[in-house]
Amino acid sequence: MTMTTTQAVITIAAVVLGTMATRFIPFMIFPEGKNPPEFVQYLGTVLPYAAIGLLIIYCLKDVPSSSTHGLPEAIAIIFIVLLHKWKKSTLLSIGGGTILYMILVQTVFH
Amino acid sequence: MKKKALKAAFPYTIPIGIGFLFLGMSYGFMMQSKGFSVWYPFFMSMFIFAGSMEFVTANLLLSAFSPIAAFFLALVVNARHLFYGLSMLDKYKNTEWKKFYLIFGMCDESFTVNCTVTPPDDVDRGWFMFFVNLLNQIYWVLAATAGALLGYVIHFDTTGIEFVMTALFVVMFLNQWEEAKDHRPALTGLICSAVCLLLFGNNKFIVPAMILIILCFTAEHKYSKRPEVAAK
Repeated sequence: MTMTTTQAVITIAAVVLGTMATRFIPFMIFPEGKNPPEFVQYLGTVLPYAAIGLLIIYCLKDVPSSSTHGLPEAIAIIFIVLLHKWKKSTLLSIGGGTILYMILVQTVFH
Repeated sequence: MKKKALKAAFPYTIPIGIGFLFLGMSYGFMMQSKGFSVWYPFFMSMFIFAGSMEFVTANLLLSAFSPIAAFFLALVVNARHLFYGLSMLDKYKNTEWKKFYLIFGMCDESFTVNCTVTPPDDVDRGWFMFFVNLLNQIYWVLAATAGALLGYVIHFDTTGIEFVMTALFVVMFLNQWEEAKDHRPALTGLICSAVCLLLFGNNKFIVPAMILIILCFTAEHKYSKRPEVAAK
């Protein structure tokens, strides 16, 4: 780690603050008995789906500039999709995909 | 009353506990393999208590010091909680002091249980939701700490272990895909983010992506007015 402990603590505190803001703000804006507008409710139904798409891309953000052209990532993701279609086990898919990726980057794409 | 609620809540948390054991231990183990002491996963899992953001924070701690960027990234990555909150406005009513903890600990998994499960009539709902949160948080903190401690004992090449985060989101995406009838929201998130990544580069794409996603949904909402759907 390149940060000092104080800097690390401040960074974690900032993350806690940001996370808690997302959890507490709705209850502060809409106290008991007040209903959010219809558009906000609509966003509430669609955004959780979009946020996961955003997070997948966040995980893959270094792929365009990587030396392996995203090949190990692509192989591991295809493997996860197939394994998940077949066994439908969340933990097996996550574990299997991670192990396959680790093997790929430690051996084939070394 | 408390005991009854704990008994009612416990079975719902078992599958979550198994999942948290696996993911939390991977998280703690990954932190340890990146050179953090066990206190980092312990306190981060206790106070951030948002699995995906904890993985992301590990990245942040290994980059340059920038607390403001960290704050906004947490805001964006956890923006879904805003909408969990909106769905729970009614359910958290009349839960007294427990409300603070219910909001503080509203992770994806606790939200899913508390949003969909109606406890039996003779069980107090406030206490039921409280114990769902509390049990889930105990599993997570214990698993993260245990994973980090395990890292002191077991040594192997951990290159690529950070892919556990990607795998987690891919599987969450697939699970959502299965249960949703309309795939446009999921695709909107994926495509808008990918486009912004290519346009703005890996360090600056998150905020534009978030704005583009909201714009798409605003347009979609405007052009397909379905008033009867509103009262869902």
